[in-house]
Amino acid sequence: MNFALLAAQSADSGTKMNIGDAAIVAIFGYAVVFFGLILLMCVLYITGAAFKRRDAKAAAAKASEVKAEAKTSPAPVVDAPTAPGSAGHVKLHGVPDKEAAMIMAIVADKLQTPLNELRFTSIKEIK
Amino acid sequence: MDILQTLKDLWEGSGFHSFFVNGGWKNLVMIVISCVLLYLGIKKKFEPLLLVGIAFGCLLVNLSYFGPESTDALYHPELWTNFLDENSEYYHSYGHILSHGGLLDILYIGVKAGIYPSLIFMGVGAMTDFGPLIANPKSLLLGAAAQMGVFLAFFGAAASGVFTGNQAASIGIIGGADGPTAIFLTTKLSPELLGPIAIAAYSYMALIPLIQPPLMKLLTTEKERKVKMEQNRVVSKTEKIIFPIIVAMFVILLLPSTAPLIGCLMLGNLWRECGVTERLSDTVQNALMNIVTVFLGISVGATTAADSFLNLKTVLIIGLGLTAFAFSTVGGLLVGKLMYVLTGGKVNPLIGSAGVSAVPMAARVSQVEGQKANPSNFLLMHAMGPNVAGVIGSAIAAGFLLAVFG
Repeated sequence: MNFALLAAQSADSGTKMNIGDAAIVAIFGYAVVFFGLILLMCVLYITGAAFKRRDAKAAAAKASEVKAEAKTSPAPVVDAPTAPGSAGHVKLHGVPDKEAAMIMAIVADKLQTPLNELRFTSIKEIK
Repeated sequence: MDILQTLKDLWEGSGFHSFFVNGGWKNLVMIVISCVLLYLGIKKKFEPLLLVGIAFGCLLVNLSYFGPESTDALYHPELWTNFLDENSEYYHSYGHILSHGGLLDILYIGVKAGIYPSLIFMGVGAMTDFGPLIANPKSLLLGAAAQMGVFLAFFGAAASGVFTGNQAASIGIIGGADGPTAIFLTTKLSPELLGPIAIAAYSYMALIPLIQPPLMKLLTTEKERKVKMEQNRVVSKTEKIIFPIIVAMFVILLLPSTAPLIGCLMLGNLWRECGVTERLSDTVQNALMNIVTVFLGISVGATTAADSFLNLKTVLIIGLGLTAFAFSTVGGLLVGKLMYVLTGGKVNPLIGSAGVSAVPMAARVSQVEGQKANPSNFLLMHAMGPNVAGVIGSAIAAGFLLAVFG
């Protein structure tokens, strides 16, 4: 199909397209959108894989560092300091820190109560 | 002084008199339509930020423009006809518009030059977290599938014999569910249809919570809707910074005609993510976005002069726009179902419908429908992936149509 000719014809505002041309443009256009986004998807997978590998290496290095430190000098067990105004620690069961923070913030917002006036004892994901 | 003659001149110079001569009744109809649009925007909250401006622009132009002899009009369609007419001495003459145009003619220059839609895209980029898409690149397939309505509506419009190829392309892009993209493409290809297309696009975007759920229920089973999806991986800051640069390079090289939209979208997103331009990101998200929305709404509304709006084409555009929206939803859902099958039931097909742009309303609809089927279902972040992929997909679709017909 000659898209240049089609474009030239369509530039004339009075020109209508025939059904065959319209169908080809529609199918070709949909294919181009898929093609572009599939290629972009491949690029994202490649960069994502590179970052995952890098993160895995960094995590492994950190883990071995911690292991080595633990072997040389066992650290005394000390409770982590609590934040100012905090009423203690919240126990998390299968909930990542970030999600727990979000849940606590949402509850505080819904109750219209400052977060430091609420006490959360534990957060558990119900499966 | 002839008082009677003065009163007669005043009467004949007034807009009230114009309603009764030379088809002025059409302006009255348009004024009623603008009031309905104002009602929908204010009372029903149909995309109020833009629809209220569009409706008021519509009101202003139909109160002041009754034909080429209306020298005090805020918007003059004939100036823009000359602007686009290659045989006119004022072809592409912004100077002529500036020296003879009204307030809305001057504001409309920003639409005509493609400035407002691009700046809106910059704001959208600065407000959008592409994290869910980066974490799950498969979402791009859903964003691509949900452009089906664009090309089906294009085909329908072209096959109807009523519209030219350029006009059909502008009508099709309504299915992208992306207002700025629709305005950008229509201004380039068929500016005479800008009013009805913009109104259809924004009205249907507001109606997504009504249009999509019946189709979602029709095309998915209860079992599919109940699927709980695994949490996406955490995306690092560096990935989020690299993403807009990669997308800009990749998509603009593929389709150079997408450069204004994709370029601005990704620049806005880079400002958001890079962490050293917070002031710019904040300005683009808030102040600039609001200013451009003011200008865009009112100047798009100005293109709805009675003569160019009240015709059969407008009715057809409204109908084809609805078809486009519906089929875009269907396209996303069908590929969502395919992914459900291929992944052994790990993907909830409801996220497919979010592949139409309309960020974040389409993703919210997926979340609501998913929770109706399974109250412990949280699809929002999974649906945001296809949702933002739809923005890129509709920009590519617009770029393709612009490359073919522009």
